[in-house]
Amino acid sequence: MRVTVIDYKAGNPTSVLKALRHLGAEPQVTDGDLALVESAERIVLPGVGHFAATKRLDTTGLTSAIRAAIVRGVPFLGICVGMQWLYSGSTEAPQQAGLGCFAESCTRFPEGHGKVPHVGWNSLEVRLKGGGASRLLAGVYPGEYVYFTHSYKAPITANTAAVTDYIEPFAATVERANVMGVQFHPEKSGATGLKILRNFLEWREEKTEC
Amino acid sequence: MLTKRIIACLDVHAGRVVKGVRFADLVDAGDPAAQATRHAREGADEIVLLDITATHEGRQTLLDTVRRTARELFVPFCVGGGIRTVRDTEQVFEAGADKVSINSAALADPSLIEAIGRSFGAQAVVVAIDARRDPEAVDPVREARVYVHGGRKPTSRRVVEWAREAEKRGAGEILLTSMDADGTRVGFDCELTAAVSEAVGIPVIASGGAGTVAHFAEVFARGKADAALAASIFHFGVSSARALKQELAEAGVPVRLPC
Repeated sequence: MRVTVIDYKAGNPTSVLKALRHLGAEPQVTDGDLALVESAERIVLPGVGHFAATKRLDTTGLTSAIRAAIVRGVPFLGICVGMQWLYSGSTEAPQQAGLGCFAESCTRFPEGHGKVPHVGWNSLEVRLKGGGASRLLAGVYPGEYVYFTHSYKAPITANTAAVTDYIEPFAATVERANVMGVQFHPEKSGATGLKILRNFLEWREEKTEC
Repeated sequence: MLTKRIIACLDVHAGRVVKGVRFADLVDAGDPAAQATRHAREGADEIVLLDITATHEGRQTLLDTVRRTARELFVPFCVGGGIRTVRDTEQVFEAGADKVSINSAALADPSLIEAIGRSFGAQAVVVAIDARRDPEAVDPVREARVYVHGGRKPTSRRVVEWAREAEKRGAGEILLTSMDADGTRVGFDCELTAAVSEAVGIPVIASGGAGTVAHFAEVFARGKADAALAASIFHFGVSSARALKQELAEAGVPVRLPC
């Protein structure tokens, strides 16, 4: 399967590539080759680091190419900052717009209630979405643990498929048709993480307007 | 609920895992890749690989070791030892590490913390501090001293103050090793760990001295550690991370189980 992994020079995509290969996919990395986005059967936007780094997606034309791919129905997975990018923006870099697939904004954990960043293994409270279960989280049981490392987070909305509690509850995953995001690192979350990545690779047709 | 992490540490010398007492008397403890995979399978929440005798000539050996170790590892993987520049860091990340641990180089040039953070994010920067209580100080714990070069050389820096500076410069975590306790299996230095953990707003990993399950429970409760690192307790089949976590869970410590 042609999985295109977007490298926007924030952090290192090595671990994500390794996990995708382990699951039998053939990931290709691009930092601006739009043809690889146009021909992709899956798009993964990993991400660690600062929200401002997503500016590179705009300047390289990747933002428009990804938006078009999503409208065509190509399954998209954003990881960590990659998930936050799906929203309209983040208070981490107020001048930088996100893709805006989800209207809300990401915010920092409030000060004075616990250590920030939120680092470590925390549990998922899997939610039912619109009467049906999350497809990304198929086979993931409530209470399974995944690995987080982040200081900013997305709010809980109707598209939140799983919630995690640290200082306050936040969206651990978001999912609407072919657009998916995870705040944690599935490539670093042992068997549970690999199961989620496999669900993404095995995902079948459904389109969203973005 | 956020769990307390149990981190398996592999001290590596010339491509082999070794274990010593107080950073000396090294004995062979196996192949790093095989050990890392086994620890992950047996429930370790994270793997740390420290090149304890890092030399310039040994860089390539280390990168090969990191590459081999990372290949089938799907839990967080931190690498340290001899990392002096952003370029060193880049190579270690390309080889498959998720975080780097920097120690002497950060003390020599604290702006290295910011430089790595800018390129790879704060979550990728662990500042390792080798600490020894200062018996001559009024408060031996709060005035504990920072050591460098594998614990061989004292510096003028105080541990708590250096941890604060590291945080301010953008470190994502502190890995605090008690040189007094390291390898002794008499327990973590809980007072020192608590002093650092209360002084900073980032996670603190306690290291040095693990010998029993009670030691871990203590460093999480009294030592206020966010994670604890152990090497010798696992290496010779004394206990697995899973067995350790099962006992910790019974003692009321939140841990990742089943794992």
